[in-house]
Amino acid sequence: MSAGGSDNLPWWVTGLLLPAINVGLALAVSALVILAIGEDPVGALGTMLRGAVGTGEGIGYTLYYATSLIFTALAVAIAFHGGLFNIGGEGQAYIGGLGVGLVCLALPGWPWWAALPLSVLGGAAFGALWAAIPGWLQAYRGSHIVITTIMFNFIASSLMVYLMVNVLIKPGQMSPESEAFSASMFLPMMADMMGAIGVEMDSSPLNFSLFLALLACVAVWAFIWHTRWGFALRATGANENAALYAGIDPKRVIVVTMALSGALAGLLGVNELHGVQHRLMLNFPAGLGFTGIAVALMGRNHPAGIIPAALLFGALYQGGTELVFDYPTISRELVVVIQGVVILFAGALEHMFRPALVRLFSRRPVAVSKPAGA
Amino acid sequence: MSAAPSPVSPAWAVELVGIDKRFGPVHANRDVTLRFSPSSIHGLVGENGAGKSTLMSILYGFYEADAGEILVRGKQVDIRTPQDAIRLGIGMVHQHFMLVETFTVLENLLLGHEGGPVLGPAMERARAQVRELERQFGLEVPLDALVSDLPVGVQQRVEILKALYRGAEVLILDEPTAVLSPPEVEQLFRILERLRQQGRTVLLITHKLKEIMAITDRVSVLRRGQVVAEFITADTDRQALADAMVGRKTSLSVDRAPARPGEVLLSARNVNVIDGRGVTTLKDACLNVRAGEIVGVAGVAGNGQSELLEVLSGMCRFDSGMITVKGQDINPSTKYDAADARRRGLAHVPEDRLKLAVIKEFPAHESAILGYHQDKSLSKGWRLNWKRVVAKTVSLMEQFDVRPPNPHLRTALFSGGNQQKLVMAREMEREPDILLVGQPTRGVDIGAIAFIHRQLVSLRDRGKAILLVSAELDEILALSDRILVMCDGEIVGELSAADATESRIGTMMAGIKDAPATQAVAEGVSA
Ligand SMILES: Nc1ncnc2c1ncn2[C@@H]1O[C@H](COP(=O)(O)OP(=O)(O)O)[C@@H](O)[C@H]1O
Ligand SMILES: [Mg+2]
Repeated sequence: MSAGGSDNLPWWVTGLLLPAINVGLALAVSALVILAIGEDPVGALGTMLRGAVGTGEGIGYTLYYATSLIFTALAVAIAFHGGLFNIGGEGQAYIGGLGVGLVCLALPGWPWWAALPLSVLGGAAFGALWAAIPGWLQAYRGSHIVITTIMFNFIASSLMVYLMVNVLIKPGQMSPESEAFSASMFLPMMADMMGAIGVEMDSSPLNFSLFLALLACVAVWAFIWHTRWGFALRATGANENAALYAGIDPKRVIVVTMALSGALAGLLGVNELHGVQHRLMLNFPAGLGFTGIAVALMGRNHPAGIIPAALLFGALYQGGTELVFDYPTISRELVVVIQGVVILFAGALEHMFRPALVRLFSRRPVAVSKPAGA
Repeated sequence: MSAAPSPVSPAWAVELVGIDKRFGPVHANRDVTLRFSPSSIHGLVGENGAGKSTLMSILYGFYEADAGEILVRGKQVDIRTPQDAIRLGIGMVHQHFMLVETFTVLENLLLGHEGGPVLGPAMERARAQVRELERQFGLEVPLDALVSDLPVGVQQRVEILKALYRGAEVLILDEPTAVLSPPEVEQLFRILERLRQQGRTVLLITHKLKEIMAITDRVSVLRRGQVVAEFITADTDRQALADAMVGRKTSLSVDRAPARPGEVLLSARNVNVIDGRGVTTLKDACLNVRAGEIVGVAGVAGNGQSELLEVLSGMCRFDSGMITVKGQDINPSTKYDAADARRRGLAHVPEDRLKLAVIKEFPAHESAILGYHQDKSLSKGWRLNWKRVVAKTVSLMEQFDVRPPNPHLRTALFSGGNQQKLVMAREMEREPDILLVGQPTRGVDIGAIAFIHRQLVSLRDRGKAILLVSAELDEILALSDRILVMCDGEIVGELSAADATESRIGTMMAGIKDAPATQAVAEGVSA
């Protein structure tokens, strides 16, 4: 079922070679950009690589970013299979985080393992609500989902500023942050968990949420391809009229699909707030909701593709931070440019080299024993 | 393969020599040699999947042959793209039109031939040229109308005109009549005659042997990718063609005993549907369908038949009136969607296969459970039991002879006839008490038509109620025990099978009401 495309390319060509070519080309273009500002591209890219995967701490950070990206990319993927382009992951993650924060603030003194299911529920519910409204507007009022989800990103952002500055701010403090959650409910850090079983690991923000993200991958995969609901969702995404014929209510499916999508995006708050920041604050999604779109695109909207794509983008985030640190002439903006180039080649231009590869590989004899018929 | 006429003749418009084409394991064309003369209409028949479309797509530059040569007017040519074909004077009218719906007819004709950044002068030149073509071939189209506003028959004429405007000497038509009503078919044939008179070559692909007999000069039969027979049309008949297509003796008519109708299973009383623009698309529809009978609904496409099927099957709401399904009344406020209809034992084979009945992108086994995915027997707890779904699909494919019998192949890759057999299999499998069928054999080949007809009759004989909507009068006459005729959203009359003739139905289709017949409908309601 995961096999893609009408041309019969071997899986390793579409799954490994094509992404490798695209990423390679993206890095080559990035090297040219670095060269253009007068820095040494080999050294700079080397620093990025070392920063992302060269140290235990780097790897931890890479995985920590990847955790958030998995949530937001799954959100995009599930909507995609329902025929919906959800651009609103950023806002849904933001509001989902509010849900996580409110739950955590409401349970002082709870142990983390008891608080986690509730904070997951809070994040999912708030994210779901924030996405279901545009879904409802699309299904019943014909407002285009792309437009409404973008608008909802802005509304989410304004709403959060208002709440943080006027309502949730810790009294007697200048910066718009809430009271800290009780220390008892902080999610375990990966370094501590590994330490407990005797494995040495550098400390990083990587926390228990990674397991949650992997679990979400399995759940999304099972849901989309192995349940009746997933069938209805894919049928609606592929052909709304046929869905109607099949007794599926496409409008309902659209609203539910968006709610699920938003719920997944909302889980970003578990990683960022319940796992790392331990308080409600501003701007914690930090663009990861948008980057999730690129991750989903590159991962072909399939969990098995999203995991490696999230790792790649996690590495770019972390490597980029390292790069800015080491090279004073290279600014944060340049790192964004490099990420943009990767998105361009691996996402938007994903199919650029496909025809050439089809020509190269479809000449090979097809491994089928005998012609159909008889 | 019977030998083509002497190869020394220089007078061929197009020659295909030794064309071979494979799609992976499928051998779509095997060493096909065909020659077409100018000023002729050449028919190409064959069952679905025989390789007709592939062959024509090779000639038109959509696919490249693995082996073989193409000669145009005696010269060997290399056709790699449709542009090459157009340059060589080959034009094609596809089954699915390739027009920009939001453009006017003239803009569509000009598309790709704008001749510069400013449209104005080119438009005027084109208008003059097109008028000349219209006159020459008797092809009338409203040049300034939006394509989306035109009926299919006229859209098809636009396609033909487009090909001629680009200088087509050879015109390929791939199943052009599948979407047309009988009068539109007649108009098309008049145009094709004109083309022949003017020295053009027409290659006509169709399933309908009646049409082949009516208009072609020669006919070639393809079976499993090979040319198995060639005939001069005047020297052959439908039966011989049908036998050659299928490769064995076939029966063109359906054997059926008189119906033994039982109780009324489905009825509609004064059902009205008003669409979004306020137009009444279904007016006061009254009908009864009894157990053990086939009720045919005749009419030119677009006269309310689609709405009738959609309302009865729960796909669309109605505004007033009442429907009764197996004794249960449904009025406009009752919850009644397609799933409810299926639960009540009403199955539906819709008119538009690709738009409604299957999902092209899905593998066959997923299309094979569309509408029944909620069925408990296909699930294991919260999971769909794919193993069981695949096994079920394999058995459906076996029972209905779906080819290739591969449940994992993408639905779009099956030919229309095989998709239809899969849909029929899916809908008939659960022995529904009521079956609604729309255009069951549209775009389906002869072998499969007979098969589908036999299945419908045997379902009837098992005591089920069948409502059949078809634009093919032959089909209506061959299968129906009673015939309703629709015109302009209304059921304008009813005929018993014994009284029905093509001409009587034809008059009623034109909207001339048949007074005594409507009486019968009214009586039936009280039963
Ligand atoms: N693009 C394609 N890829 C794979 N198989 C194809 C493709 N096009 C056609 N076929 C197969 O080739 C055979 C011939 O198809 P086609 O030429 O469409 O038949 P026809 O037009 O006579 O119904 C069929 O078995 C069909 O499934
Ligand atoms: Mg065909």
